[in-house]
Amino acid sequence: MENTSPAAAAPTRSLAMPPRATPKDDAEPVPTLIDVRNLDFYYGAKQALFDINIEIPDRRVTAFIGPSGCGKSTLLRCLNRMNDLIDGTAVKRGAIKIRDIDIYGPSVDPIELRKRVGMVFQKSNPFPKSIYENIIYGLRIQGVKSKTKLDEVVEKSLRGAALWDEVKDRLHESGLGLSGGQQQRLCIARTIAVEPEVILMDEPCSALDPIATAKVEELIHELKKQFTIIIVTHSMQQAARCSDRTAFFYMGKLIEFDATHNIFMNPKNPQTEAYVSGRFG
Amino acid sequence: MTALPHSFAPRRGFQRRCESTIAWVFRAATYAILLSGVFVIGSICLKGLPAVTNSFRSLQQFPYVTNTFLFEAPESLYVFEQDGVKREMGDKEYRSYREAETARATAEGRPVPEFKAASYVYAAGGIWPCIVGTVLLVLGAMTIALLLGVSSAIFLSEYARDSVFVRFIRLAILNLAGVPSIVFGLFGFAMFVLFFDWNVSLMAGWLTLAFMVLPVVITASEEALKAVPKGFREGSLALGATKWQTIRKNVLPYALPGILTSSILGIARVAGETAPIMFTAAYVVRDKLPWEVSKFGDFFFQGVMALPYHIYVVSSKIPQNEYTQGVQYGTAFVFLGLVALIAGSSILLRNKLRGRYQW
Repeated sequence: MENTSPAAAAPTRSLAMPPRATPKDDAEPVPTLIDVRNLDFYYGAKQALFDINIEIPDRRVTAFIGPSGCGKSTLLRCLNRMNDLIDGTAVKRGAIKIRDIDIYGPSVDPIELRKRVGMVFQKSNPFPKSIYENIIYGLRIQGVKSKTKLDEVVEKSLRGAALWDEVKDRLHESGLGLSGGQQQRLCIARTIAVEPEVILMDEPCSALDPIATAKVEELIHELKKQFTIIIVTHSMQQAARCSDRTAFFYMGKLIEFDATHNIFMNPKNPQTEAYVSGRFG
Repeated sequence: MTALPHSFAPRRGFQRRCESTIAWVFRAATYAILLSGVFVIGSICLKGLPAVTNSFRSLQQFPYVTNTFLFEAPESLYVFEQDGVKREMGDKEYRSYREAETARATAEGRPVPEFKAASYVYAAGGIWPCIVGTVLLVLGAMTIALLLGVSSAIFLSEYARDSVFVRFIRLAILNLAGVPSIVFGLFGFAMFVLFFDWNVSLMAGWLTLAFMVLPVVITASEEALKAVPKGFREGSLALGATKWQTIRKNVLPYALPGILTSSILGIARVAGETAPIMFTAAYVVRDKLPWEVSKFGDFFFQGVMALPYHIYVVSSKIPQNEYTQGVQYGTAFVFLGLVALIAGSSILLRNKLRGRYQW
């Protein structure tokens, strides 16, 4: 941070090079799935989000970056109303619309919302049940009983999460016997088993080694054909590698939101530039 | 002062001597506890075991062997001398013996002999009704305590938001744990026996005992629920589960071993307390066994005999002698065995559950 030499001032950390934020994304306008308007969010008396406006495109990967405490996870958890579980949280102003439905509106059941907007957590949290039971958990609670249907979903979800070949012979062993990376992919498989539209990922790779991280990133690349993915990450390289759009947050405000290669190569805001070049945060 | 051979050489001194003395004080305290435990259990076993082992009798039909101490009701013991032989007989045996002797004397034309025997209350027969009563009290009270306690623990840890009211409830529960058991007994007597007019009954005893162990069950269940990682709840909710689905499928099963551990402690307390049941559920003596009722509803509103109360009665309400001592210790021995049995099966169940859910 104190390093103010001219060499460091320039965005020399070119590992932030986006390999596949193709200009195609900019060429074709992508329909918006999630529309956040003028959102003010509070934890009790403390305001955590200030006037957030963001349009998240359908079936693309959107990355939220920013230093710790900048509100990126808070916004993520607003999108499936997981913040409802914390005492004293409130959306004081603004709205979040998914397909033009205000998800904080009185007619919205957060249970139904969460079936459509799945979430993968920072710390992989497979349930202490078998791999099979983990995958069908979401369907079980929806009352699906048919064995053939469940078998089908298990295979499809595990294939979708690129885990099938590794675990197909031990579906009935505990999910906790898997390695860290496999556990996280199991959680992703569990999430896609209920066929959501959106998958929220809260720093999904922060506890994984580089190889497991690479596998999850590869998976994200596959998943975006079917799902809208929003990923919160501390790793700018990760945002650069796997997202199409990147939003930079700072102190509860959305500083800049643009195509990923623009954020990393050509940021408009000096704060964004400082952050992506590693000068703070 | 002599020079040390090298810089890491031990330095003798007051502090070093203190170190080992302190360690020995702690060690001695632990051994003293162990010793007194061994002494108490040992003396109960030594003095109580004969009451059980000397009571095996063969039977004509299945199961061919029985134990009069374990499986018969208490009787008075009659001790008398006849033809220079000292004989001991239980109530029933003595009565039939007298009838037989009288009949024989009349048949032979002799004068009816005088029967002179010293009688000792409860010194013969067994403690079967007490065992049955204690098992019933434990099962009923623990069922009620677990149902109420786990429900309230779920409310406190999963549903209730942190407020002054909830903190007050927690404080009240903690205070309840410090209330002496005789106070629970008096409460049960006033509330269930007199006010609800249930008389001295199983139902009154169950509720009194349940209220006594509730604080333990609630506190421990809450701890067990809190020990379940938050990630399991979030993961389940994020998949579209409702709160109750999450608790039922993804929290409660993992908390169950911990809840059972707490209830094992509760079992020993429920089985062993005399004060709460002496006014509410326990009879000094009762001829009928609990299932000998004319209609089902009566089952819940009958008093029972119980092991701890029987020990209390035998050791404090009747004159002490060599015959009653065997019964006292025998009852205590059986009581210990029974608690060990119930607690042991709960531990087995807990370990089975624990093996199934581990994280």
